[in-house]
Amino acid sequence: MLELTVDGRTLQVAVGTSVAAALAMAGDGCTRTSVSGQRRAPLCGMGICQECRVTIDGARRLACQTSCRDGMQVRSLP
Amino acid sequence: MIEHVDILIIGAGPAGIHAALAAAPSGLRIVLLDDNPLPGGQIWRDGPQASLPTQATRLRERLQACANVQIQGSTRVIARPAPHQLLVENDQRGWIIGYAKLILCTGARELLLPFPGWTLPGVTGAGGLQALIKGGLPVAGERVVVAGSGPLLLASAHSAAKNGARILRIAEQASTRAVAGFATQLPRWPHKWLQSLQLFSPAYRPGSHVLAALGDDRLEGVRLMQQGRIREVPCDRLACGFGLVPNTQLGEALGCALQDRAIAVDAWQASSLADHFAAGECTGFGGSELASVEGSIAGHAAAGDQAAAQRLWPQRARWQGFAAVLNRAFALDPALAALCAPDTLVCRCEDVPFAALAAHCDWREAKLATRCGMGACQGRVCGAATAHLFGWQPSAPRPPFSPARIETLLRLDGHPPA
Repeated sequence: MLELTVDGRTLQVAVGTSVAAALAMAGDGCTRTSVSGQRRAPLCGMGICQECRVTIDGARRLACQTSCRDGMQVRSLP
Repeated sequence: MIEHVDILIIGAGPAGIHAALAAAPSGLRIVLLDDNPLPGGQIWRDGPQASLPTQATRLRERLQACANVQIQGSTRVIARPAPHQLLVENDQRGWIIGYAKLILCTGARELLLPFPGWTLPGVTGAGGLQALIKGGLPVAGERVVVAGSGPLLLASAHSAAKNGARILRIAEQASTRAVAGFATQLPRWPHKWLQSLQLFSPAYRPGSHVLAALGDDRLEGVRLMQQGRIREVPCDRLACGFGLVPNTQLGEALGCALQDRAIAVDAWQASSLADHFAAGECTGFGGSELASVEGSIAGHAAAGDQAAAQRLWPQRARWQGFAAVLNRAFALDPALAALCAPDTLVCRCEDVPFAALAAHCDWREAKLATRCGMGACQGRVCGAATAHLFGWQPSAPRPPFSPARIETLLRLDGHPPA
């Protein structure tokens, strides 16, 4: 198992778990707020739609194409 | 510093893996690049809740045993600094790869058509939900509706059910007649026939499509047109995909000609651009078997072994036959172009509603006036949607092909993008 922090909450996940899955385990699975104020969650699951962009260890990354790592800090976008 | 390789393969799905394996015995230096962490593409995506077929595991082992094939995961193509060069980026660095031959195996993405409520959290693509589940998304106990078109609906429902979800409905837009016609043809490809028997679900309804996703802040239910009757089904997830769209963006940007919205190739899987090959779904949808054999042909041809490539032509023809039957059966109902309400968002990046687009006559005009297609996905979702809704042809992409870091773009210093 790996331990990471998602929006301030610490959780353990299996090796190979995507950050998109970890976001759903830690909360409501939402990743960002759209330009008109709607909350959004991963859509395509394969790196096309960019809905799942979040901040991972300070950099903007796609949650669906990033595997969780020990000590990772994930923040959804307000 | 520029890294030089003999053959660069973009995309490590069935086509890319087979291209690398076919080219490897030549001893040439090969790089296989993919934006996902692991090779396998969508169909053989690995993860804590994926069950890889032994075929996929074996291919991966064979690939790892090739000393002259280097796999670059989590790496995206950002720009083309000069002919036979690509600027790429992973989570650590950006660099330029120079190549003698390029094989595009960029696959396909789902056709995601807008309908009221499709931006609600809880709504995903059909293949999208399957990919998320393989990556560990928990769905146990959730009520799931799958909708759209094509065999992927059954595969997605199967993955969800195996991980504890309750599949309430699988709504296939193709008519009962079209689906039955397809089923009677299937025994011509026994392996596919067996697969379909394993995936069959009592929740499957042809002649049915989504009308709206319901809910305020999150999906609470779905309204369906089910064989001529309107039904509302309370659910936690809606997985909706209307077939696949070839990923032609990179090929187009490099100058490869298109045919029927896919990268045009000849019998050697060579594109219209010298030294540039293409294989798999980016040359037209046909499933993993066709992609695999096309990849092998491209790999042999790129490595100069024409005889080995030619030996695979009959096998390719066999799977092209399957693709033709599939594409005919699951052709989209024109009614699906009329699902949007005036306020339904079509461009999810810039939140552009249907009403703002309907007045424009082409993609370029709509883009300039509304910002449609100018957000983070760069029109990959709404471009395919407006092609279906209005018949617009999205323009060829310009660099950066994907959101990139400034340090990566600085590598272009002295190499301005062509």
